Amino acid sequence: MIQSVFGKFTKWNILKQLILKDIDVLIIGSLGIVSFISFFVGGVVSIQTALNLENPLLPKNLIAFATRQSVILEFAPTFISIIMAGKVGSYITSSIGTMRVTEQIDALEVMGINTYNYLVFPKIIALSLYPLVICASMFLGIFGGYIACVYGGWTTSGEFIEGIQLDFIPFHVTYAFIKTGFFSFVLATIPSFHGYFMTGGALDVGKASTVSFVWTSVVIILLNYLLTQLLLT
Amino acid sequence: MIKVKNISKAFDGIKVLNQISTVFDKGKTNLIIGQSGSGKTVFIKCLLGLIESDSGYIEFDNKAFNTMSIKERSILRQEVGMVFQGSALFDSMTVEENIMFPMQMFTNKEESEVRDQANIVIKRVNLINANEKYPDEISGGMKKRVAIARAIVMNPKYLFCDEPNSGLDPKTAILIDNLIQEITEEYNITTVINTHDMNSVMEIGKKIVFLQNGKKAWEGTKEDIFNTDNKAVSNFVYSSDLFKKVREVYLKT
Repeated sequence: MIQSVFGKFTKWNILKQLILKDIDVLIIGSLGIVSFISFFVGGVVSIQTALNLENPLLPKNLIAFATRQSVILEFAPTFISIIMAGKVGSYITSSIGTMRVTEQIDALEVMGINTYNYLVFPKIIALSLYPLVICASMFLGIFGGYIACVYGGWTTSGEFIEGIQLDFIPFHVTYAFIKTGFFSFVLATIPSFHGYFMTGGALDVGKASTVSFVWTSVVIILLNYLLTQLLLT
Repeated sequence: MIKVKNISKAFDGIKVLNQISTVFDKGKTNLIIGQSGSGKTVFIKCLLGLIESDSGYIEFDNKAFNTMSIKERSILRQEVGMVFQGSALFDSMTVEENIMFPMQMFTNKEESEVRDQANIVIKRVNLINANEKYPDEISGGMKKRVAIARAIVMNPKYLFCDEPNSGLDPKTAILIDNLIQEITEEYNITTVINTHDMNSVMEIGKKIVFLQNGKKAWEGTKEDIFNTDNKAVSNFVYSSDLFKKVREVYLKT
């Protein structure tokens, strides 16, 4: 399938429209839910860290340090990707699956169109902007932590800002974006595969979406482990 | 003209098509008839390469289809129009955009030229005030018209229709049948229609191929069908009292 995706290309004018539409649906359409979840989970992470720092000898800026590390290393790239497997992945599977069931893919094939390229390539390109979503998630996660800590009375604003700069290793951000790059490809291709090769009727579209979510999540978790082993150890 | 020789196809060891050979003539409405499950849709999909046949030979105007490369097939398919059973219109596009789509995809015409050409075809299939509507906002009969318009907008050499009048009322079904026949003669297209509608057989059956359990059981014209002594085809065609009476009247005259 992947080879065919990069095979005979669809006319650029049409492809451009498809890419823009997919950017709108897959990237811009996800910003709301990603922002909401990131902000509040960032807040919860910082409160829980604060609650566990009972020793008065430990500096308060560790709350911000722990929030930053959790958000940048794991929460934003990995857990947001699993949420996206549910939101974006099931959208991709059900939209392509519905096209399969209603013979729209057959109609494209009869016209002589490379359906892999027409349907999957724009999604791969659109999701190449997915690191921007993760970037927003990182910022909002830490910002949510800041609001929860400062306005909840756990630290002062100065302590929190000092904490998020503490022992900062730039490679951790690079590591997060490398992971995100792999996850974006997984998010575009596995759901497309499940939609494209599904058989049956409307009920099977729902089943294919569920299976697609499960497999996308499993692959993301395994890739996360593998990439962490390779990049951080 | 499309020549088919010894086409066979099996799924999980069950033979769905068994050594089918026939010729579909140019400028004629060629009908494939048979009961549900007789292999009509699989046969038409094999002709188009949507399903690969296990064995056999298909020729489009002396060009061997089976041995064509993906690129050659892609070029040939630009000369093919297909009307699917469920119309298969693109949900995200309006009626006009659906019809413009093949031209936008395969020609370098200006947007205005493409729109004009689409509107000529829209008029040809008698679609009124539907340009800006989406497929879910129009009736079944209108969807078929849009599907026909999309299929013929590139002036195809071959037109395939999979049960084009299923789910339509008898009057609309006849209008769709007549429209397909008119277009076939007007553009001199090789048209292949899958149907189990006997009205279609009587109205537009210039050549009829009868499939039973994946085998070709009979072939002839709509006139031949009145005189045939083939039991399988008689049982199928004259299963309703109305058509039995039609046959009696025809044979008397």
